[in-house]
Amino acid sequence: MTGFLTLLYKELLRFWKVGFQTVFAPMVSTLLYLMIFSHVLEAQVEAFPGVAYTAFLIPGLVMMAVLQNAFANSSSSLIQSKITGNLVFVLLSPLSYREIFFAYVLASVVRGLAVGLGVYLVTVGFFDVAVASFPWVFLFAFMGSALLGAIGIIAGIWADKFDQLAAFQNFVILPLTFLSGVFYSLHSLPPFWQQLSHLNPFFYMIDGFRYGFFNASDISPYISLGIVVVCFVAVSWVTLRMLKSGYKIRH
Amino acid sequence: MALAIEVKRLRKSFGALHALGGVDLEIEAGEFFALLGPNGAGKTTLINIIAGLTLATSGSASVMGHDVVLDYRQARRMLGVVPQELVYDPFFTVRETLTIQSGYYGLKNNEAWIEEILHQLDLVSKADANMRALSGGMKRRVLVAQSLVHKPPVIVLDEPTAGVDVELRQGLWRFIRQLNRDGHTIVLTTHYLDEAEALCNRVAMLKQGHIVALDSIRNLISSVSTCSMRLRLSPDILPTVLQPLMSEREEGFHILTLNGYSQIEDVLAALREEKTCILEMEILQPDLEEVFVTITGTAGVTRAAAFAS
Repeated sequence: MTGFLTLLYKELLRFWKVGFQTVFAPMVSTLLYLMIFSHVLEAQVEAFPGVAYTAFLIPGLVMMAVLQNAFANSSSSLIQSKITGNLVFVLLSPLSYREIFFAYVLASVVRGLAVGLGVYLVTVGFFDVAVASFPWVFLFAFMGSALLGAIGIIAGIWADKFDQLAAFQNFVILPLTFLSGVFYSLHSLPPFWQQLSHLNPFFYMIDGFRYGFFNASDISPYISLGIVVVCFVAVSWVTLRMLKSGYKIRH
Repeated sequence: MALAIEVKRLRKSFGALHALGGVDLEIEAGEFFALLGPNGAGKTTLINIIAGLTLATSGSASVMGHDVVLDYRQARRMLGVVPQELVYDPFFTVRETLTIQSGYYGLKNNEAWIEEILHQLDLVSKADANMRALSGGMKRRVLVAQSLVHKPPVIVLDEPTAGVDVELRQGLWRFIRQLNRDGHTIVLTTHYLDEAEALCNRVAMLKQGHIVALDSIRNLISSVSTCSMRLRLSPDILPTVLQPLMSEREEGFHILTLNGYSQIEDVLAALREEKTCILEMEILQPDLEEVFVTITGTAGVTRAAAFAS
């Protein structure tokens, strides 16, 4: 247990030491999104009946920050350690592949939640957003960041250079988050795009998270949670297999 | 008593490249052992397999009786590895680095030992400096310190003195010799054969993934039976019969390579016959470098080019 806790502590210390970049910068960019979109669209859109657009937007942006930062944490930590070579210190140690997996995933969860909480706390100072159900909010934030943390491990191990990791982030993670209903309700889309959006696992994370705020969502939070859990189990299985076989890290 | 390191029929291929072609090796506990060989001979691959950083294609390796794959946790607790590259984590200070490394091995409250290592490696004044701020030599010492946090009985150093200045090199060797006296098994790879000769009991020479020699240094040297003879003559003419033995001509000196000490008598006889006087004579013993060159067949390459790289 000490080995696992140490790796977790090291991963937390790593992002905390560069907190301006890893926690405060994402908070600022998320708040900028919020100010601009709410200003432009407040008068025109009402996503759910009786829910103002800004109120609708806030949970989406918070969750987007949670997911992106969870992904960024494990992926950038791993690729940095691979490229600078200091991953060797973890690989030489008696840590098992499971301990490595859970330490990186949990560190991602903590960073995701820290950024999400930060964004939320700042927004409640300016806007009126009440949380209807904390358990749902926490559950989706936790599972979503764990899933993205695991995907981040895959990307960090797979990528040989920063360039490839950036490609993964910009061509996979970013479109999936932007097209998941952060900025709009799926019901506002034409039927074809609605159907397509249902194939995007990020949609369920955002939609379920938002349910925790409004007790209203595009689909049932139980279905969303089920889908997120299934995705997490599937991605974790792949990640654990990669770590166990030593893919790209124990040649 | 378990062997410190035991390697059986170890093979490793990277695609079509055979880095190791069936290596067998046993290193006793308490030995000071060197792995020698030219670049690309497979030294680092062998070490990486023992350390669990690389997976073997076939064969097995164990550390203090623990298989490096099946019983990797125990095997890795028994092993401290100093990597060849100067790697470090730029996020942390020296002390944080060592505390974290201890934690990976399941050790809490390791401060007393960490202090001791810092002291031994002369790192106390840098303990709270960030790793980025250290010179290359200091980083090398931190790597050595990291390999020792869990007091491993077997310590492997992959070219620990590459690119290290003379003073640090001597300090490092003093410390490593002390560890060996305290009962640690030391395995090192080096390009500096004089170091291996001065420090080690036994050496293995690798060439293209095979062990081509494995013995004590004394036996290896005596197995290469050549010696050389340095002569200053009057008149300064080497008799014709001795010309084939001539290997080098220095200012005023003829250097002959002999197949053994028995040949000295033949040389003296030939000189007597020609009425040539010997003004000076010196018999030169072979050293590990000559053994190395003879066995690995890299003759003709100068010492600087072959070993100091």
